[in-house]
Amino acid sequence: MEKTMLCYLIPSLIMFCCGVYGFITRKNMIAILISLELMLNSVDINFVVFNRFLFPGSMEGMFFTLFAIAIAAAETALAIAIIINVFRSVKNVDVEEVSKMKF
Amino acid sequence: MESVGSIIAYVVIALSIIIFSVLAVTTRKILRAATYLLFALFATAAIYFSLDYEFLGAVQIAVYAGGIVVLFVFSILLTSHPGDNSARLASKKRVSGLIAAIAMLLVSGYVLISRCIGVAEPAMQSIDMQKVGATLMGTGHGEYLLPFEAISVLLLACIIGGIVVARKR
Repeated sequence: MEKTMLCYLIPSLIMFCCGVYGFITRKNMIAILISLELMLNSVDINFVVFNRFLFPGSMEGMFFTLFAIAIAAAETALAIAIIINVFRSVKNVDVEEVSKMKF
Repeated sequence: MESVGSIIAYVVIALSIIIFSVLAVTTRKILRAATYLLFALFATAAIYFSLDYEFLGAVQIAVYAGGIVVLFVFSILLTSHPGDNSARLASKKRVSGLIAAIAMLLVSGYVLISRCIGVAEPAMQSIDMQKVGATLMGTGHGEYLLPFEAISVLLLACIIGGIVVARKR
């Protein structure tokens, strides 16, 4: 049995679909952020797999993943700061309770 | 033909990715969701290691598993009681989420299986740190000094933004 590209793309596709499901159904803001991380992570896997299987001599996919990881870390830190600020003013992190632009 | 050990390792990695990502979005305890996310990220790092990208796997463990999950756990402990279950989903919302996810899975899976040629894994030398550093710091063709500087400015803006947003007035 040979490991082909599909063997890595299918788990990453399932991971992305889990992220979509969680993003639609979750109500807690942090759980939504967790689903977002799943989606970003599966895209990173795709970059690396395409780089490894189709262009094994170059490193573009690897560096794109490196920058994507850094941007994901920055985005998560900022989103968590916003969520904590929302929690401080509304005492809740439920997306359906937070419906007013409150100051 | 590959060795039995590498196939077993692959099956374990793929199964743990699938199982832990499903559990991370379906469990009703939020702290458990963060823990399952941690395991899914570790399995991703194992994929990077098995594809000979050692540096990327190390970055994945250090930044994602070490940094982001810790942030998640702290913010969960700050904003909710960790033992509580989240409220049951309304069935309408669950159905719409399931439809979106399964439709996407079917369409993309069909396209992948029908179009993706079965490329075998080509031979590649694992990338050594010297080459990674030279590529990251070079200004020539296919080298990444400008995005590196841009991302450092982005991280600085993110630090300042985080402090300004989250500080007490």
